[in-house]
Amino acid sequence: MSKEPIAVVGVGQTKHTAARRDVSIAGLVREAALRALEDAELTWADIDAVVIGKAPDFFEGVMMPELYLADALGAVGKPMLRVHTAGSVGGSTALVAANLVAARVHRTVLTLAFEKQSESNAMWGLSLPIPFQQPLLAGAGGFFAPHVRAYIRRTGAPAAIGSLVAYKDRRNALRNPYAHLHEKDLTLEKVQASPMLWDPIRYSETCPSSDGACAMVLADRAGAARAPRPPAWVHGGAMRSEPTLFAGKDFVSPRAGQDCAADVYRQAGITDPRREIDAVEMYVPFSWYEPMWLENLGFAAEGEGWKLTESGVTGIDGDLPVNPSGGVLSTNPIGASGMIRFAEAALQVRGRAGEHQVEGARRALGHAYGGGSQFFSMWLVAAEPPAG
Amino acid sequence: MTPAPAPEVLSAPLAVEFPFTRSLGPVQSAFLTGLRERTVLGVRTADGRVLLPPVEYDPVTAEEIRDLVEVGTAGTVTTWAWNPAPRRGQPLTTPFAWALVRLDGADTALLHALDAPGPDAVRTGMRVRVRWAGERTGAITDIACFEPYESEPDPRGAPHDGEFADPVRGIVAPARLDYVYSPGRAQSRYIAALAGRRTMGERCPSCRKVYVPPRGACPTCGVATEEQVEVGPRGTVTTFCIVNIKAKNLDIEVPYVYAHIALDGADLALHGRIGGIPYDQVRMGLRVEPVWTEGGRYPDHYRPTGEPDADYDTYKELL
Repeated sequence: MSKEPIAVVGVGQTKHTAARRDVSIAGLVREAALRALEDAELTWADIDAVVIGKAPDFFEGVMMPELYLADALGAVGKPMLRVHTAGSVGGSTALVAANLVAARVHRTVLTLAFEKQSESNAMWGLSLPIPFQQPLLAGAGGFFAPHVRAYIRRTGAPAAIGSLVAYKDRRNALRNPYAHLHEKDLTLEKVQASPMLWDPIRYSETCPSSDGACAMVLADRAGAARAPRPPAWVHGGAMRSEPTLFAGKDFVSPRAGQDCAADVYRQAGITDPRREIDAVEMYVPFSWYEPMWLENLGFAAEGEGWKLTESGVTGIDGDLPVNPSGGVLSTNPIGASGMIRFAEAALQVRGRAGEHQVEGARRALGHAYGGGSQFFSMWLVAAEPPAG
Repeated sequence: MTPAPAPEVLSAPLAVEFPFTRSLGPVQSAFLTGLRERTVLGVRTADGRVLLPPVEYDPVTAEEIRDLVEVGTAGTVTTWAWNPAPRRGQPLTTPFAWALVRLDGADTALLHALDAPGPDAVRTGMRVRVRWAGERTGAITDIACFEPYESEPDPRGAPHDGEFADPVRGIVAPARLDYVYSPGRAQSRYIAALAGRRTMGERCPSCRKVYVPPRGACPTCGVATEEQVEVGPRGTVTTFCIVNIKAKNLDIEVPYVYAHIALDGADLALHGRIGGIPYDQVRMGLRVEPVWTEGGRYPDHYRPTGEPDADYDTYKELL
């Protein structure tokens, strides 16, 4: 029996910001969920199941958000699942929800991811003082910066590439009312003059710390037919994992990421992603990850990703726009960041991305990664339903 | 090679502790501010029940609810369990009952401590009342505990607008988890060898890769690794970053170089700090050796050996 086609019929986000002190966590997730329901013109009663994700528990100290948030998300009397894959969790959460529809377990699923970084400290959460281990690291930036240097060495990319990505994404964010950072006065010179935090990563090439939530309503074919606005159709979705560290691990272009992308393209019938995909929302928490993922995801040959960035191909008016929403570099409620990528990809093919709409986008890729570059989740969404 | 003697498996306490903050939102803000003012507020649902503690969203209809109700400060125990040995951070230091108390005017029960001389003095259905804390800040601990109190139930709740002067909008919720951490057998052996300033890895019997630090199993092949292999002491900086951010509880001056170091004979890099060279002169391929300090469990840092830099091709798989 074939799978049920999956449609994204509702998308909702909060206005992401440094601190939402006016709402509880319940109030925050509720805002995103209500906006997704409004977009789909559905009510709580129309939802069959809720799938929720957030980053590791230490990031907020809420051990069972699925328990605490059941009433805020209208999940009483319904199945509620929680997904947990570090920074990629927003993507994995959407895929678990999608699979419930594809398998015809449920017809209409609300999926949601969130983070309230202001109530915690992610750097602390990532650097617990483990006995017998030498404390060295200074958060995620210290972990990823050596891999960026390895990329630069391997490809001979000019030093300015990172600043080009950061400038582009922050400019794109000005078109997105939900983005956290709206740096109207930012210039490329300012990015390049910003302090080195973890050389070769500069302050302005680093994601912010945000409070925010993102929600989507996924439905089956019948639900899509009833939807008041054009849906986004899921043509492929996949997750892959690998260990944090192992002999032969390629941190610059992890095998799990390549395999995950290849699986998604196979499902979607894509043979030339560079030509066939119109917009990409990829998880770029540090600017250099744009060229790195361009290669890992098959948009450029190994060593060539930075050339797409440098030549403007990834700009919002380029022929492969990457992160037209402003991306993780402009908005990072960690647990939600992956789902925002997936949701923004859906908005593009629905023609509902507003000021950051990529003209004529028919196919878009949403991408998330997490942990020590070890969890990957991606989906490919399109304006047309899948064949068959 | 002679098998290493079975090491003592290490363990040590690990306390994970953080003062998480919580923004309360409108309903919890009114509830906790009310406690500070000796006023207990529940919330009325669409079907007319009064929930206490109050919630922001109706569990039946999922709609937002803001209809606050002041309930009584006396109530009835609906069930309980005796706590003979209170732990740190619990409401009372002497043995007490954990009780669910349905306050007069509420339809649900609140969990709190009930101060009673012994389990024989507690029963379901008994009447109790709030014992307020002397100093109240807008927290659940403003109710110090409940205490036995004979009274007639008064089921009437009164509507309340939830407005108070100087409302509490956020709280600090300190969390602490006490673990006993053990690095396990393989890492214990590794740490024991380090005490003799030797770095011991383990070779996978299947792929022949040498793991440092060892973890007792090869993550690629999924088989146990037993064969002990001494690596280093010299190695090559394969990649690095220059850290310019001072970490709070880390006694290292910035800037410093955090590097991936492939010790000679190891098949993946370990992480260490580079010293003995200006930070801006560190480079990929730099040959380094460990520098030990008296009593240090690990090399304090690695310094240049003075050898020529390693050729990129010799370490490009070890970044």
